[in-house]
Amino acid sequence: MSVRVQALLKSPWIFHLSTGSCNNCDIEILDCLTPRFDVERFGMLLAGSIRHADVLVVTGSASRKCIPRMKQIYEQMPKPCFVVAIGECALSRGMFIQSYNCPLPIDKIIPVDVYIPGCPPKPEAIIAGIMKLVKKTEEGLKNKQAV
Amino acid sequence: MGRTIVPIGPYHPLQEEPEFFKLTVEGETVVQIEVQVGYNHRGIEKLSEMKTFDQSTFAVERICGICSTSHPFAYTQAVEDIFPVEVPMRAKFIRVIIAETERIHSHLLWLGLAGHFLGYNTVFMWAWKLREEILDVMEILSGNRNNYAMFKPGGIRRDIKPEDIPGVLKKIDSIIPTLEMLKKAVMDDPVLHARTKNIGILKKEDAINFCAVGPTARASGVKRDVRKDSPYAAYDQFPWEMITCEAGDVFDKLVVRVLETFESIKMVKYCLNKLPDGPIDLNFKDIPPGEGIGHIEAPRGECFHYVRSDGTNRPARHKVRAPTFMNLPTYKATIIGQTISDATIILAGIDPCYCCTERMGVLDTKGNRIYSGADLLLLSQQKTENIRKQMGVK
Ligand code: SF4
Repeated sequence: MSVRVQALLKSPWIFHLSTGSCNNCDIEILDCLTPRFDVERFGMLLAGSIRHADVLVVTGSASRKCIPRMKQIYEQMPKPCFVVAIGECALSRGMFIQSYNCPLPIDKIIPVDVYIPGCPPKPEAIIAGIMKLVKKTEEGLKNKQAV
Repeated sequence: MGRTIVPIGPYHPLQEEPEFFKLTVEGETVVQIEVQVGYNHRGIEKLSEMKTFDQSTFAVERICGICSTSHPFAYTQAVEDIFPVEVPMRAKFIRVIIAETERIHSHLLWLGLAGHFLGYNTVFMWAWKLREEILDVMEILSGNRNNYAMFKPGGIRRDIKPEDIPGVLKKIDSIIPTLEMLKKAVMDDPVLHARTKNIGILKKEDAINFCAVGPTARASGVKRDVRKDSPYAAYDQFPWEMITCEAGDVFDKLVVRVLETFESIKMVKYCLNKLPDGPIDLNFKDIPPGEGIGHIEAPRGECFHYVRSDGTNRPARHKVRAPTFMNLPTYKATIIGQTISDATIILAGIDPCYCCTERMGVLDTKGNRIYSGADLLLLSQQKTENIRKQMGVK
């Protein structure tokens, strides 16, 4: 398992899943790819298909119509994988907490590894969050090998 | 000829909301289109009834991230329409500045995405790089890159500091040469001409019949712009031009948007230079019973809000009609008879609040399993085959 995790950290491919967001979080994710922020320097790339992805980036407040699809997409992802929740909506549903169409926060539906707060978080915050995930996992792997 | 169904969506690698299109094709030609929406429904109208008039401004801001000025703008106008009040001139000018800056960023965003769909990733990168400068301007003016939180019923929430203005003007001036270059690159490119001219034509009658709004209608020669037709805020205080084209194809939609960007830059510069002094807020407290409407020209077309008050501090009813709602049915006129390879850019042509491509995981119509695009194509072809056999058709 750890070899696979290590390989994954070199160049994490991202699949972006919007589950009823207002677009801003999604646009900020896309912004990370454009010249000013350029996440490709960390080896990150938007994957076209969930089957090629290592990191699932979830935005939005999980509307009822999206929840079954979200579960399916998570199941189809090759494991091991990471899930990153971006934006207030994905963290706690933010202002949509009273909405009749957003019954559950995302971490009650699929396991989430990293939370990046903000409405929307700045691209810098998104990049920092994902880099933290990479660093933490690397450290964990090292400690495990040392034991 | 056998018919094949090509599903697009609801999840796709690029961005924005999930939407599901079902294209029925005969060979290469699209003969039917079906759109399924509702993945993004969050019940904002209902939520808005649970919030006070002031809080609702933030709720409607989160309807769409790209139009996070348009919705509060229309909403505040609807509230002000309940007991007609006149907003201070300075507030009106600042509203126009924010709305027009947003139009620049929205059109650049679309231009980039259109380039991406056509396989011109250079256009995508250039347009989005320019857009960053506009987002910086937004950050200086409002404190936020997106979701500006500038509006409130009766005025605006945050003043523009006089010392910020020269910096902003310089930033805006600095993008003009690059934008000119981008305009030339986009409008004179023979390949782009080949891909977008005479593609997805929306005729003038169709645009009128489908009640198309915004750049979609203006590209078809319909002179329809709320800013001119029923001027609100400060749009009647300075000269500006409505951009229209005649042909109604994707190229004209592109031209309208690019030229509108320049118009918007002019407007922002005018407003910043001529910003009147005075208060920025009416500070009213109570909202009497009554009803009001507000409509404004969002980057994608007319955005309409209706608010009814029963004298309490919460709206009794709040209704929203976004521009894409009107533009979506024009697919029926534009996409039928076109080839499947042009479908993407035609779907993107109205600048919907979503854009779709065909290279991702796909849902079948029962919504219980996901196949890749190729699997699904195969499956649906097999299904057609089976049906043909059952019916005894060769
Ligand atoms: S967190 Fe904010 S910006 Fe992100 S999707 Fe939700 S409302 Fe939009």
